[in-house]
Amino acid sequence: MKYAFYPGCVSKGACPELYQSVMAVYPKLGITLEELTEAACTGAGCLQEKDQLLGDTLNARTLAMAEHKGLPIMTICSTCQGVFAQANKRLNDDPDYLAEINKMLAPEGLKYKGTTVVKHFLWVLLEDLEEKAWKDKIVKPLKTLRAAPFYGCYLQRPSEALGFDEHPERQTSLEQVIAATGAEVVDFAGKDRCCGLPILTINEPNSMAMVHKHTTDAKTLGADVMVTPCPLCHLNLDGLQHTAASRHNTTIDMPILHFPQLLGLAMGLDSKSLGLKRNIMSPKAALEKVGVAL
Amino acid sequence: MEKTIRIKRFDPESKNPQAYHQEFKVEVEESSSVLDALITIRESIDESLAVRCSCRGAICGSCGLRVNGQGTLACKTKINSLRGSNGTITVEPMGNMAVVKDLVTDMRPFWEKIRQVTPWLQTTGDAPTAEYLAPPDAMTHLNPVMGCIMCGVCVSDCTALEVDPTFVGPAALAKAYRFVADPRDAATNQRLRDLDEPTGMWDCTRCMVCVEVCPKGVAPMDRIMALRSKGMNSGLTDTYGARHSMGFIEVVRDKGILDEVMLTIKTLGLFNISRFMGLLPVAIRSLLHGKLPKPGPFHKPLPGMHNIRRIVDTTEKMK
Ligand code: FES
Repeated sequence: MKYAFYPGCVSKGACPELYQSVMAVYPKLGITLEELTEAACTGAGCLQEKDQLLGDTLNARTLAMAEHKGLPIMTICSTCQGVFAQANKRLNDDPDYLAEINKMLAPEGLKYKGTTVVKHFLWVLLEDLEEKAWKDKIVKPLKTLRAAPFYGCYLQRPSEALGFDEHPERQTSLEQVIAATGAEVVDFAGKDRCCGLPILTINEPNSMAMVHKHTTDAKTLGADVMVTPCPLCHLNLDGLQHTAASRHNTTIDMPILHFPQLLGLAMGLDSKSLGLKRNIMSPKAALEKVGVAL
Repeated sequence: MEKTIRIKRFDPESKNPQAYHQEFKVEVEESSSVLDALITIRESIDESLAVRCSCRGAICGSCGLRVNGQGTLACKTKINSLRGSNGTITVEPMGNMAVVKDLVTDMRPFWEKIRQVTPWLQTTGDAPTAEYLAPPDAMTHLNPVMGCIMCGVCVSDCTALEVDPTFVGPAALAKAYRFVADPRDAATNQRLRDLDEPTGMWDCTRCMVCVEVCPKGVAPMDRIMALRSKGMNSGLTDTYGARHSMGFIEVVRDKGILDEVMLTIKTLGLFNISRFMGLLPVAIRSLLHGKLPKPGPFHKPLPGMHNIRRIVDTTEKMK
């Protein structure tokens, strides 16, 4: 399988370890990635607050680039995935709207017909690959590790745009992949809630209360790590966890792994190639549990 | 068929007023709703079970509760439609509200917040002899939001309210939009100014829970986004929220992708010393872990930027 690869801004910016871990993991899966180097930011739902037409046009441009190559898009970010899914739905639901947007793409020689399929890396594993093709690569099952999933809103809602009716397995995709790595899934109610990042600059106390609540709940339930398919959630849960803990006069020390880091560990990759030293909350103790040095 | 319904019970007048879960086995039909099952339990097993309902047809809005952890109307939720419905069905009262008894929650704070957004038409000039009229075309876009039945399900599951009960919340904001976007209303600017205050429209996290759980297609978060857009377009641009959204567009126009450092500066303002001091430890930690994003001039724009800029400028002109 070949994909037009959309890495998203954060894996190229504040979470380089995500990009690094994807680069380490994907060649083992027999897939090929062709990176979309000229594709704009999806807008992350934030640009859309001011101007949805602009967001949909930029995303139609990216969708058209992949369509032109005849490739589906693979994303590695819940937010990118969700924003693409919502834009794709609006473009496909309204031919007049699509035509209006295509006029803006024409000077670049692009036209979007509406056929591009966009899938998060998690969904690629579960839907596009033969089960054997990736599960056989799990040579170092992470037995004894307890991992709590944290999806990111955009990979859970709105379920209609995300195709949950046709693909009910998507709703539990992260638990399925965690279980496949041999780790124990720590189910907790916060897994589909908001990480707080969208309001970090707007209402920091509320944002930090969310980080505090989710990481503390996961810890109380005995999780060694939390795992997320969303680098934006990672930014808040990992990068701001010290801040959240000090605002609430406590220590939490909950490591937050990008899901390709967890998968890579189970595939026997070392912590260096997965960029685990770049995680702010040290996963050292959790890695020791599965016999990996940081 | 027989189903097991696990209900969260709470009786403030009992000797030991603690919430607990109780399981009931109940015979239901193929077409039964969760409310049908609850009424069967109340009528034939335990008459002390408190549940609120009236119309049984998703019109009155009184039967909001949580089924398997998600807010919904009991009368509109078919037992058959529940994923994994072979197993036990867990029924609990709505979240973000005090419980009066069992599945009945206290809706007073809900109504107070609805009243907070002045949920009636505010007009100027002499009153007309009959109704305030508007052409149908100017009102049809409000049909979905006017379909709100005030059940409170969006408030129950709102992730912002979970950490901050002062947030005005999705139902009241959807109601505010209904009047802001009503062509007959004369208080639009004042309404938007009020919503621009703390605990107003900018405290929504954009988590989409309200869109997902609303039983009537009101899509409160979409209305909140429309309120923000209307606010910014009317000149309300001096909140962190507005500066973040507008700064985002500027950064994309400039670089094509996100420049986290520039966006933070644009949002907080360059001389916002106290906020930057608060973020300093975060920046230092990122630096020490080799991942402080490159700022400003070191953050290279995407190749083919002129195409992105052209799109930004074209959509801007279309306004
Ligand atoms: S009983 Fe009226 S809405 Fe459910």
